[in-house]
Amino acid sequence: MHISEIRVGVSSCGLAAGANKVLKQLQERTDIPVVGVGCIGHCYAEPLVEIVTDDFSVLYGNVEANETDLSEILAGNDYKRLILRPERTQRENLRLTSIIGKFEPIDLSAYISYGGFKGLKKALHMAPEYLVQEITQSQLRGRGGGGFPTGVKWSLLAQKDSTDKVIICNADEGDPGAFMDRSLMESLPYQILEGMLIAAYATGATQLYIYCRAEYPLAIRNLGSAINAIKSNGLNYIQGNALDIQIKEGAGAFVCGEETALIHSLEGKRGMPRFRPPYPTDSGYNGLPSMISNVETFANVPVIVRDGAEKFAAIGTEGGRGTKLFALAGDVKYPGLVEVPMGITLGEIIYNIGGAEPGTIKAVQTGGPSGGCIPAELFDTPVDYDSLRSLGAIMGSGGLIVIGNNRCMVETARYFLDFTHKESCGKCTFCRVGSKRMFEVLERITGGTGMPEDITFLENMGQKVRAGSLCGLGSTAPNPVLATLRFFRSEFEAHVLQRQCPAMQCASLSDVVLHHEACTECGRCMKICPVNAVTSDWTIDNSVCTRCNSCVEACPQHTISRAPGGSGYRSGSSTNKEAI
Amino acid sequence: MENTLSHLKHIDSDKGNIIKGLQLIQKNEGYLSDRALEICSHYFSVPLVEIQGIVTFYSQFKRTKPGKYQISICDGTACHLKGATLILDWIATELNIGAGETDSTGLFSLETVACLGCCSLAPVMSVNGDIFGNLSRKGVLQILKRYKRQG
Repeated sequence: MHISEIRVGVSSCGLAAGANKVLKQLQERTDIPVVGVGCIGHCYAEPLVEIVTDDFSVLYGNVEANETDLSEILAGNDYKRLILRPERTQRENLRLTSIIGKFEPIDLSAYISYGGFKGLKKALHMAPEYLVQEITQSQLRGRGGGGFPTGVKWSLLAQKDSTDKVIICNADEGDPGAFMDRSLMESLPYQILEGMLIAAYATGATQLYIYCRAEYPLAIRNLGSAINAIKSNGLNYIQGNALDIQIKEGAGAFVCGEETALIHSLEGKRGMPRFRPPYPTDSGYNGLPSMISNVETFANVPVIVRDGAEKFAAIGTEGGRGTKLFALAGDVKYPGLVEVPMGITLGEIIYNIGGAEPGTIKAVQTGGPSGGCIPAELFDTPVDYDSLRSLGAIMGSGGLIVIGNNRCMVETARYFLDFTHKESCGKCTFCRVGSKRMFEVLERITGGTGMPEDITFLENMGQKVRAGSLCGLGSTAPNPVLATLRFFRSEFEAHVLQRQCPAMQCASLSDVVLHHEACTECGRCMKICPVNAVTSDWTIDNSVCTRCNSCVEACPQHTISRAPGGSGYRSGSSTNKEAI
Repeated sequence: MENTLSHLKHIDSDKGNIIKGLQLIQKNEGYLSDRALEICSHYFSVPLVEIQGIVTFYSQFKRTKPGKYQISICDGTACHLKGATLILDWIATELNIGAGETDSTGLFSLETVACLGCCSLAPVMSVNGDIFGNLSRKGVLQILKRYKRQG
């Protein structure tokens, strides 16, 4: 076996799992070139090492930087070999990320050797109008969440009669639970920049900006290196003009993902949204006509131009064309990043690709805090913009958080409202005050002091916040609550009427119980308990216990479990109406 | 003061650079002092209140001096579901500080952040940018101990 190259995945998630150590030690051990490559999306098996020989390549997962692991791998043994599951590979359709993880992300010549800049080259031989038409025909829609047809945006900007036009790449991926854009920026920076350059040629834009959140240092570093390499190789010359591409770092405000807020932040101001019209294509950054698209949207452009619009439009459904990246996390066995054709069902992503056990999952949250939950009964819904919207959820940017049976839906809704009410910029009263009131009510319900009228209050206020907010943040903030009320109303009712948490997650509505009959008194629970709530006669003092679940997970005999109880708990089916 | 001003020398005094300027100062000094805000106000020729407005709007900007090790606990969706609040509790109890505070020795400061983007390794925290995933109580305490030993 002749090894020609060794690849180690060194994106943020790989680095967090210790990929850097693996990379360095492999480099010390061998003269074979060891390269740090982008993320191939199998996050459950980080750190990943790929051994490439002349004829084939072998993937290893969960590699540790120790003697056994590294020598076994270099010897080409099957030890820790990662066999990709056909349940996943058969459903994937790698177009956008087909070359991810094959080369060092900032290596320009490697990107070109894998077909990079072919799209730009082809584009420069096309008339700009024709190029706009090509994108329109591909039916590409904005991947950031809104789903606005990209071709329409391009033609609006192209029609503007101005010598100065701006293109902004929205890389402020703020949705908790979404990491598609981070992965693309870290692993395929050139593809995003190529897409932006093609857009600049098609629309006549002169200024290019990338607005990236500061929490992604590696993405900023890789994009910065890629921009420098593009400039020094003259690839930024469009029709004789050298275009400047700048990265602007965000400063931690979720609302800046909204386009008018983003523009204000780019201008160095507080990132507050404003009323539209005027739309950014009329008056955007510094008053210039501007077009804002998401990272994934730009990354799709070179592939569409290179392979032709028909190929892209042939994939997917009426409600969405092409492939889409999803960040799969939560209660699944194989979390990670997947690229699948639009129109695949939620069930295929969660059960087949994610490896979740049917029956153990109750819902999935799509679109983060702006989206909604979809219950397991509806997992045969095809994933596209229109189908998800009809269920009260949104496609969003592609974050999928899978929620297992043991999680409380009310608590999940409370979490999202906690996030949005803190991130509200404060401009619109309904968003500023309304979302806070909704959050307080949810706190009360999960705290075991909810009242029956709370449910109607949440529904009413939710409608008002939705109607009375200017931007996407406010108008979608009630979505998680409203969707949960629609599909999991019984859980809300159990909290306020019976004062019980069906998932037994809410601390004030549950106890931790040790069943002594099966207990071997091994003492693991005592040792792990942070507050010494396990008493010497093997019971749990629930007045001290913080419900951290450490003991439940630590017990080898599974004798400790959660049970109805807690300070707010009322036994039996009697309601608490009398009590109020 | 001379130093603070020198961080701004690399950028234009154009108003569009205010956020960048504040980020540069914070990167070098660890936080934004009252003096730093005044210097920015002069440099960019905008009223101090406007600088204050920007600083309070963005969660990245810190007005108190951080500890040597900045612990950021991810409270993104995946991490929250997998127990981010417990991790915050454990660390807060261990160090006797709350989120947004620095401990008395000046060694650790604690904050929660929206999402570090490593959702598949949840729950996650970072110490001075180094990310630790799949945290357990034992693991968290070990990490703290290691940094304490380093001093």
